[in-house]
Amino acid sequence: MADYKALYQEVILDHNRKPRNYGKLEQASHHAEGHNPLCGDHISVALHLAGESIDAIAFQGESCAICKASASMMTAAVKGKTRADAQTLIREFLAMATGKLDLDSPNHIGRLAVFAGVRDLPTRVKCAILPWHTLHAAFNSVASASTEAEADPMHAPIGNA
Amino acid sequence: MSAVLAELTRPSVTDMAAFDVERIRADFPILQLKIEGKPLVYLDNAASSQMPHAVIDRLVRYQSTQHANIHRAVHTLSEIATAEYEEARRKLQRFINAPDEREVIFTSGTTEAINLVMHGYGRKFIKAGDEIVLTTLEHHSNIVPWQMLAEETGAKIRVVPINDAGELLMDDYENLFNERTKLVGVTHVSNALGSINPVKQMIAFAHARGVPVLVDGAQAVPHLQVNVQDLDCDFYAFSGHKLCGPTGIGVLYGKAELLEKMQPFKGGGDMILSVTFEKTTYNTIPHKFEAGTPPIAAAIGLGAAVDYLSAIGMATIAQHEHELLSYATAQMTKMPGIRIIGTASNKAAVLSFTADGVHPHDLGTLLNQEGIAVRTGHHCAQPVMARFKVPATSRASFAFYNSMAEVDALIAGIRSVQKVFA
Repeated sequence: MADYKALYQEVILDHNRKPRNYGKLEQASHHAEGHNPLCGDHISVALHLAGESIDAIAFQGESCAICKASASMMTAAVKGKTRADAQTLIREFLAMATGKLDLDSPNHIGRLAVFAGVRDLPTRVKCAILPWHTLHAAFNSVASASTEAEADPMHAPIGNA
Repeated sequence: MSAVLAELTRPSVTDMAAFDVERIRADFPILQLKIEGKPLVYLDNAASSQMPHAVIDRLVRYQSTQHANIHRAVHTLSEIATAEYEEARRKLQRFINAPDEREVIFTSGTTEAINLVMHGYGRKFIKAGDEIVLTTLEHHSNIVPWQMLAEETGAKIRVVPINDAGELLMDDYENLFNERTKLVGVTHVSNALGSINPVKQMIAFAHARGVPVLVDGAQAVPHLQVNVQDLDCDFYAFSGHKLCGPTGIGVLYGKAELLEKMQPFKGGGDMILSVTFEKTTYNTIPHKFEAGTPPIAAAIGLGAAVDYLSAIGMATIAQHEHELLSYATAQMTKMPGIRIIGTASNKAAVLSFTADGVHPHDLGTLLNQEGIAVRTGHHCAQPVMARFKVPATSRASFAFYNSMAEVDALIAGIRSVQKVFA
């Protein structure tokens, strides 16, 4: 049975109420828009790469609590990291959200493990992963990510970048 | 609010002396389910309603003792299946008071029924520069086929706006007409808001200008006594699965004179009289529009569903649903942070709402934890969402088997979600 209580725990509610790194980023080097046409959720992610390091990142948009908290915690997690580290985290987060990551094996998920519960809620997986797909699209300087249409960044294989 | 106060503001039981909701509920096996350990509170009836034993048993009886292909063989089973299928057509004919059984076409649902009119009527009679009048309240299924036609032919789509209550602006409707207007497509009841549109008045206005009208009745037939002769609509489309019937079956009612001159929608078996490689002669209506083996069992099941509903009485059903809607609306209006979207003076039992600071999908997920099933999202009516400047709403839609206690469960559920997000 899906553990909703675990999903809507305080850390997620807190990031929904007070999202970190929320707003516009002046002088972004990379950005992308992400949307989920099924529910109308929409977020944009903008970041600035100094060499290989993400020295600034911000997001904004309209979305459910799961999506907003995921975006907020994502920006906090990747800020100051390298692009390669962020790509590793994107892969691990997507694997976790779809139930393909063994949380007991070595990983970089850390506090993001609060989102593990979405794997039991197929209709909500997309809410949690939309920010991560959008970040991936931003790295590739793809203008928009979507959770639906074929041949878009949301469906693009996320491998070693 | 306390349970006692809630009790006081409920319509009293004697108001509905003739209607015993608990007896009705016993007819629906799925209502005995527990979801997440809680009794199921099924409030997603506008998406799909549940089936009573009478329909489930009819399906089993058909599949166990009557099944064969129809309109083909001379053997006993085929004759029985054909007779039952055609009897189902007559049941649907009576249910909507169609003058002639030939005017009742079985389709896979409302969407296919509308697409049938688009292909059969629209592609034959609507040309470049012609105009099709639709409304802001349409479900995507009564928008997209017409956009496809407009793209193909160069026809134009004109849209009737709505006011803040979710009611069509009738002056604007009338002003949209001109000599190029060739068809009106209007939903009888809005799936997203519950607004009941004045379709009879709209049809009379269109007919005075020689324009035929297609009514999307998907959300109307489960709640209202629909009489296509009284409405004088040219086409009326609806689905079985919102009417306590199976999925995969629906009806297009069309006036015989229009159906006769329309081109077939799909080609294949059963829709022809004779085929050679030089020339094919199409079958008469309704068979001209029922190519291939139809969903025989589903049609017979739908026949059983309308028998069941008719035995209760659509007026009785409408009355109980009205009580549910009034009670739920009164409760929700008092709740801080809740905005009801769609406050038309004439409404079917649909309650669309938003909760401040709570996204509909979070609300839906958390209500499900209490066993409460509501729909969240744009309800395949994105123009309506855009009109109210919301990306999505939560929608509780009631059926005659819902109880006042279930309304109370919904209200309590919303309150507890609001607490989580406070």
